[in-house]
Amino acid sequence: MTTAVVMPKPRRSWYKRNEIAVTPWLFLAPAILFFMVYVIIPIFQSFNLSLYRWDGLGAAEYIGMANYEELLADRAFETSLWNNLKWLLLYLLAIPGGLFIALLLNQTVAGIRLYKSLFFFPFVISQIVVGLVFTWFYDPTFGLLNVMLGWFGLGPLNVLGDPDLVTYGIIAAGLWPQTAYCMILYLTGLNAVDPEQIEAARLDGAKGWRMLWYVIIPQLKPATFIAFVVTIIGALRSFDLISIMTNGGPFGSSRVLSFYMFEKALSEYGFRMGYGAAIAVVLFLIMLVFIAYFLFSMYQEEKER
Amino acid sequence: MKSILKASVATFVSVAALGGTALADAHAQQLSGDLTIFSDMSNPAPRAVMEGMVARFGEMHPDLNIELTVIDREAYKTQIRNFLSANPPDVANWYAANRMKPYVEAGLFADVSDLWAEDGMEALASTKGAMTIDGKQWGVPYTYYQWGVYYRKDIFDEYGLSEPTTWEEEKANCQTLLDNGVKCYTIGTKFLWTAGGWFDYLNMRTNGYDFHAALTGGEIPWTDDRVKATFANWRELIDMGAFIDNHQTYSWQEALPFMANGDAAAYLMGNFAVAPLRQAGLDDSKLDFYQFPVINPDVELAEDAPTDTFHIPAGAENVEAAKEFLRFVVSADNQTLINNGENLGQLPVNANSSVDDDKFLKQGFEMLSSNSPGGVAQFFDRDAPAEMASEAMQGFQEFMVIPDNLDDILARLEKARQRIY
Repeated sequence: MTTAVVMPKPRRSWYKRNEIAVTPWLFLAPAILFFMVYVIIPIFQSFNLSLYRWDGLGAAEYIGMANYEELLADRAFETSLWNNLKWLLLYLLAIPGGLFIALLLNQTVAGIRLYKSLFFFPFVISQIVVGLVFTWFYDPTFGLLNVMLGWFGLGPLNVLGDPDLVTYGIIAAGLWPQTAYCMILYLTGLNAVDPEQIEAARLDGAKGWRMLWYVIIPQLKPATFIAFVVTIIGALRSFDLISIMTNGGPFGSSRVLSFYMFEKALSEYGFRMGYGAAIAVVLFLIMLVFIAYFLFSMYQEEKER
Repeated sequence: MKSILKASVATFVSVAALGGTALADAHAQQLSGDLTIFSDMSNPAPRAVMEGMVARFGEMHPDLNIELTVIDREAYKTQIRNFLSANPPDVANWYAANRMKPYVEAGLFADVSDLWAEDGMEALASTKGAMTIDGKQWGVPYTYYQWGVYYRKDIFDEYGLSEPTTWEEEKANCQTLLDNGVKCYTIGTKFLWTAGGWFDYLNMRTNGYDFHAALTGGEIPWTDDRVKATFANWRELIDMGAFIDNHQTYSWQEALPFMANGDAAAYLMGNFAVAPLRQAGLDDSKLDFYQFPVINPDVELAEDAPTDTFHIPAGAENVEAAKEFLRFVVSADNQTLINNGENLGQLPVNANSSVDDDKFLKQGFEMLSSNSPGGVAQFFDRDAPAEMASEAMQGFQEFMVIPDNLDDILARLEKARQRIY
């Protein structure tokens, strides 16, 4: 807006005068409204609720930081926190795994589309089905895993009944569909790789790992970023697999924060709303680290353009 | 009521001529309006029972418009919190004892003590205690079922074993089975409550019913020596290897094949396990039942018999019709019908009802009515507050897998007890 603009008709309506400034907000309004009601306000409500003792029925009683103090001494919470960390770290294996399969499948052979769909299949089926399939696979009495271990003279192993192994067992089940997801992201990314640059690199004598590391992977950076984002988010909401495969057990050793929150606040034996909210707040703070990082990287990207 | 009589003299006369005074009494109250019922009886057989009850009640009260909503049994456990306060029906299903306490304390269930004071309600005396909080009754029972040891009679016969009545016999039987490569008990503790059943029985046989009530009521520390004595008895079985391996990975249904295949000889379970075991091919010559044996001869025998109930929410609109429905539900005839083998296959609570001609129902009825002098408990997770129950049952599972952790588990439970009660 510059002052040089001359207004020929000073009696235009307010909306007409401010159309350029107002219209974007009008279009944004529904989204902002729902985002406030369903995301932003509940976050603050959770913060508030975590300071109360409330069973969801009677009156809530203000108890200050007592829920957080209890969390500090709660070993089940500690276990869940460590399991969350294991999920975050090991789930990232889906990214190199997906890249490797994508490179393998990125060629023109007869029937490659069929192979691609087969590799993508685990991502299409529901997490619940993945969980069930792996539960049967791990079954200590009838499962395939112990049959396979038997070929090498190992086992038997009860993966989902062993408090030390159970989380790794569930993560392995989760990696199956997640790798497929990353693979698809990389397959589309590989389509966008510039053939001229590869040609040029080849003329300069690059091949194998050096070609991959210095020429192809840098061009896949957008795909890697998205793969990283979806994998971190996937790791943090690893609820359904745990629920279907172990229900948090044996004796709580496979719980993660989201599952523990559900158990304390919403399950059959729960209804400690304040305590559940306190766990949710901790989970939110962990997520906030990643959210801040994602937003920052996206902001940087925008600026470069 | 007089105006109703006046208005329908003709009906009255015809009814009296047809069926005599008893029938006339039943029709004395002309109910009208809407009656909404929310039910958790969502499995096929219970659902048919619930729909049948509504149909028969509807025939008795043609002017009443009954709306039945059946909600999935597991989902109901969380939904009840919302609908009781936001959108209360006139009648709702729930469970007895501590399970109804949160709703009673929050003023969401109506007091039905007047109903319990009426003639004929003495027949429900066995569950009156479980329906009472603060000296008032908050609902009525419609069914319950026994717990006990279901065993493979053919396997027992093969090794010359008989139903044990003492702890020594129980262990001797178990040793014989183990020597022949058969596990004594199948169990699936993935969802924890099955371990609660074992704890209940060992605890009630070691320390008696009153101790069970005091412990679940939070009056006794978990580090008490009597609690440890219960676990010591449990540990004898665990150290023998009496339970199937890897039970922490299985649900109670997934543990059934071990018994059906003959890998395990017995199952401490509720009577609902009979139906799937029969389906798995165990007929009455192969499947039998015995009461959990005596451990400490100084305490009276007591049993677990979880009771399912009907309640009137405090916000009910058609209270008159709701009360009439509750009267109908507890009547001897209705309870005989809904609990027979073709319907629920469980035990009627009304003492004037008759029990269906089923081997297990008859044994269970006899056990509960004449051989349970110590009392009838609901079940660990219904007698203890929900939070304590979940902590404790998780501890039971851990104990069954790693018995050496007992002291640590008990210390944790004691800490939870001090916080919860």
